[in-house]
Amino acid sequence: MKRSLFVFIIVALFFSLPQSGKSQCKGYAKKICKAELSPFTHDGNYHAAILTEGEEAELYKTFYSDQEYRIAICGAIGQSNVEFKIVDAHRNELYNNRNDDYTNVWDFKLDSSQQLKLVVKVLKAEDETEEPQSGCVAIMFGFKVK
Amino acid sequence: MANNFYRFKFAMAFMLIIISALVIGCKSGGKGDKEPVFDVDMEEIDEALFDNINQAKQIFYSMPSPLETAMLVRSAGAPYNEDLLNPTDNAGNYTTNCSMALNLGIYTCDLSFASLYDQTQTSISYMSAAKKMADGLGILDAISEETLERLEENVNNREMIMDIVSETFMNSSSYLQENDRQALSSIMLVGGWVEGLYLATKLVDEDSFEGNKLVTRIIDQKLSLNIVMKMLEDQKSNPDVATILTDMNQLKAIYEKISVTTSKITTSKDEETQVTTLKSETRNNFTPELFAELSAKVESLRESYIL
Repeated sequence: MKRSLFVFIIVALFFSLPQSGKSQCKGYAKKICKAELSPFTHDGNYHAAILTEGEEAELYKTFYSDQEYRIAICGAIGQSNVEFKIVDAHRNELYNNRNDDYTNVWDFKLDSSQQLKLVVKVLKAEDETEEPQSGCVAIMFGFKVK
Repeated sequence: MANNFYRFKFAMAFMLIIISALVIGCKSGGKGDKEPVFDVDMEEIDEALFDNINQAKQIFYSMPSPLETAMLVRSAGAPYNEDLLNPTDNAGNYTTNCSMALNLGIYTCDLSFASLYDQTQTSISYMSAAKKMADGLGILDAISEETLERLEENVNNREMIMDIVSETFMNSSSYLQENDRQALSSIMLVGGWVEGLYLATKLVDEDSFEGNKLVTRIIDQKLSLNIVMKMLEDQKSNPDVATILTDMNQLKAIYEKISVTTSKITTSKDEETQVTTLKSETRNNFTPELFAELSAKVESLRESYIL
């Protein structure tokens, strides 16, 4: 009886772990990352994932002309920096936060609407010698209400 | 001997690459910066952008949210017309998960639209209608009674209202994603997007078609439709998503008649404001006839979603 209970608890914990990670990610995006958008208004979309050092995520979005946007990328993965770049359809790199000391926000506007790709990569921490760490990465967008 | 032959072939290939690069380089430099070159079709761009898509661990297709969609209509100078909104009385008609998800997106877009025009009482009614949809989908606490109270307390604070709308939408979409109901989350986004497109097409002043900002916004949705298709294709094993994908294909057939070309993007950063401008120009062949065809299709799709 005790053994079955133990197995049940282990199984329940196993299945609840990813869920718990997702919930923590949502809390992180909502409480920490959203604040980075201020004074822009958050568009209401939610994009977050658990990433490990060295892993990448990609996001495709249309940005509209005459709007001012802020992108906020937040990562909670130990000491690791999160690199992000914006790429157009010609694979031209329009922005890379590596050139801005890995800042987590970027403000921009467009003369004409464009579909762009955002590539986010969790870099390996320099002093990291142990197992690669994982954590939540949230990508949020804000715009100025006109 | 064989070694020498391979070295020779390698050297020849290398020289060919260098010569090609020089020729291409010379060609692109020859035009100068004064006149943008409109040589890239948006459809080619779309395909190029999605190349090598499977290399990343996680792929996101970010649709314009109902709030952003409504804001795009407003910022294009469209007038407010409450008669166009989906009546809140219809909320009781939606009993399936698919219709509730679609109309959660539609009511959130209508709510955002009313809020942006400071229509406070209408905003409160539409927040209640959206709450009915969220509750019906079992989205716990996405829109609580407290949310409605906060909305009422801040009727004169548009910024705060926008914040509340954005928060409730994020609660709904994150809840659906966390609980492996991505299909419903996508359907909700499509509902909001179609509603925004419907409002935009209805609010265009057809007497001033040329240079109309709202018309530009409608053309721009060709880009977002591409993302809608990719997002839905990922989940087409869901029968509701498959049906909506068929609808979107009908819309795509019309959008494909609109040719949009764009010039190369260059960047320029304002050191004072720290805002970067992505400079480019686009051209299109949109006509009042194509607009009428698109407008009729959007209306019939939207009609089928709200009934």
